[in-house]
Amino acid sequence: MWDYTDKVMDHYKNPRNVGEIENPSAIGEAGSLVCGDALKLYLKVDDNGIITDAKFQTFGCGSAVASSSVLTEMLKGMTIDEASKITNQQIADALGGLPPQKMHCSVMGHEALESAIANYKGEDAAAHCDEKIICTCYHVTESALREAVEQNNLTDLEDVMNYTKAGGACGQCHIAIQKIIDEIKNKKEKVDIKNMSTTQLVLKINNVIEKHIASELRKDGGDIELVDVKDNKVFVSLKGMCKSCKFSSNTLKNFVEASLKEHISPDIEVVEV
Amino acid sequence: MSQKIVYLDNNATTMTDPEVFEAMKPYFCDLYGNPSSMHEFGGQVAKAVEKAREQVKDFIGAKDAKEIIFTASGSEGDNMAIRGILEANKNKKHIITTKIEHPAVLNLFKYFEKQGYEVTYLSVDSKGNLDLNELSNSVTEDTAIVSLMYANNETGVILPVEKAAKIVKQKNPKTKVHVDAVQAAGKIPLDVKNTDIDLLTIAGHKIHAPKGIGALYVKTGTLLPAFVIGGHQERGKRAGTENVPYIVGLGKACEIAKNSLEYEMNEVKRLRDKLENGIIKSVYNAKVNGSTTNRVPNTTNIGFQYIEGELILLHLSDLGICASSGSACTSGSLEPSHVLKSMGVPFEALHGSIRFSLSRFTTEEEIDYVLKVLPDVIFKLNKISPYQRELKALEEAHKR
Repeated sequence: MWDYTDKVMDHYKNPRNVGEIENPSAIGEAGSLVCGDALKLYLKVDDNGIITDAKFQTFGCGSAVASSSVLTEMLKGMTIDEASKITNQQIADALGGLPPQKMHCSVMGHEALESAIANYKGEDAAAHCDEKIICTCYHVTESALREAVEQNNLTDLEDVMNYTKAGGACGQCHIAIQKIIDEIKNKKEKVDIKNMSTTQLVLKINNVIEKHIASELRKDGGDIELVDVKDNKVFVSLKGMCKSCKFSSNTLKNFVEASLKEHISPDIEVVEV
Repeated sequence: MSQKIVYLDNNATTMTDPEVFEAMKPYFCDLYGNPSSMHEFGGQVAKAVEKAREQVKDFIGAKDAKEIIFTASGSEGDNMAIRGILEANKNKKHIITTKIEHPAVLNLFKYFEKQGYEVTYLSVDSKGNLDLNELSNSVTEDTAIVSLMYANNETGVILPVEKAAKIVKQKNPKTKVHVDAVQAAGKIPLDVKNTDIDLLTIAGHKIHAPKGIGALYVKTGTLLPAFVIGGHQERGKRAGTENVPYIVGLGKACEIAKNSLEYEMNEVKRLRDKLENGIIKSVYNAKVNGSTTNRVPNTTNIGFQYIEGELILLHLSDLGICASSGSACTSGSLEPSHVLKSMGVPFEALHGSIRFSLSRFTTEEEIDYVLKVLPDVIFKLNKISPYQRELKALEEAHKR
């Protein structure tokens, strides 16, 4: 039994705005019969760009029906512009939350809305067909994955499955999904070093040295020590075998500096003391 | 909850028969001795355990009560049998099962596949029936064990395990045959003694005993190492002080189940058929999944096309009706039923598949109630579906 909120139960028991709109201004679709989740969203928009009516038809579980139903309530009275700013999290919040494994239902609502808005603006739906599909089982595109990961701060594979269903079937795309998660995580962690306090920066540098640099140098009997940090300059001293190694300047530039640049900021410059 | 519950989910678990519960009661606070003790107080408890072993023996038609080992669940029985046979036959690296097994067997086979075993997963046809030729062709010199379910938990379809066991032995007499009879027990007669079946698993909670007790049949002469190492209990194969009240309960449940088989195969079947026919007649987008002839008497699996299973269950639950679904949404795994998928059930019926499983406690009034309220639930949900055109076509076809 899922732990559904009263709001979710109310919406699947008494779904609002079920059905089709005759001569709709826009139709949006998401999901498919194969996936076990499909949603059709119909919008009526007046001359001022205000949504005057919204209806839906959904093939899906309780939370899918509830997400569609609450979405139609949210949309009525909004301008298309306002509607385009709705996130899947807002749909889930309007229901008082969804179980983590059911967040993909709110994502489906959001996708149908995006599709309807594109349809309203006369954007070519076919343009989206060129997009790279990561999960072929559930037909999840790279851009949809990136959007879900970025908007909801998803940090692991299981979260991504719960939100997008991607990777939930054959599992062949797990590596590709993990790559997207890592990439977005890395990007977020890389911040402008000018906005960091020296202590913060030192901690970060030490962390990268410990995790990525020192362990490698130790394999060859060498080591490294952080001496000082001034603005973008990082002062280090090489120890052990590295000290006498004739390739030490090479190690410093191509490995130590490159690692710090990759993990912290491209502005970093390493100086040996 | 004040609402009356109509429990049609007996393949998930069953109510403990009050008579079974009565039989268990003395073994908590009065007859609590250890069956291994030397004193008479423990001795009488040992006798109760041995009586239960006899009852289980009679129920499955074993030759000797020594062939029965008490376990804690169906999953444990499956594990004890399969792991044990592989441990005793370390040189053999090929194992066979079907694509429609319960996860207790299927996931164990997947585990051994990762360990380097070669695994054959036998297919089934659209009715859920096994191809015995495929089985025959799969058995080799290197096959350690063949594990087959007796009846499928989702569709109720019965596999010809006795015939299959014979075929296996003809190809390789040393290959062991394990039968997962968890869903067959209590629904069709079991009689292992004159078969080629070496091991057979049952679970108490599917036959009106409580959860947490089961049994494994191990044919005399089958080498099976200890599953739990320790004391001498269960002939050293499963150490640990016996779960006496539950063992007594399982024995009693087996005795009653044996005496109720007539009723199951006639009256329960009649009610199941009434439910199934009633639904097919009144609901235009309903279709039976799997064979309707070769089935245990209590189960029907119905696909409601173009609507989703969890949604149906939620609405039925609001009416006090308990059933289950092979839909992806109910499992939390995102994947719909592997059983129905293996049978090639189309997606429009797969996601909306509902299993109703009756028991000897199911009444005619309950079936009448379901038949009265279910069509309206389905028609209400049909209105939400985006596949109106397809539904309309089904409705037209149903009228003709």
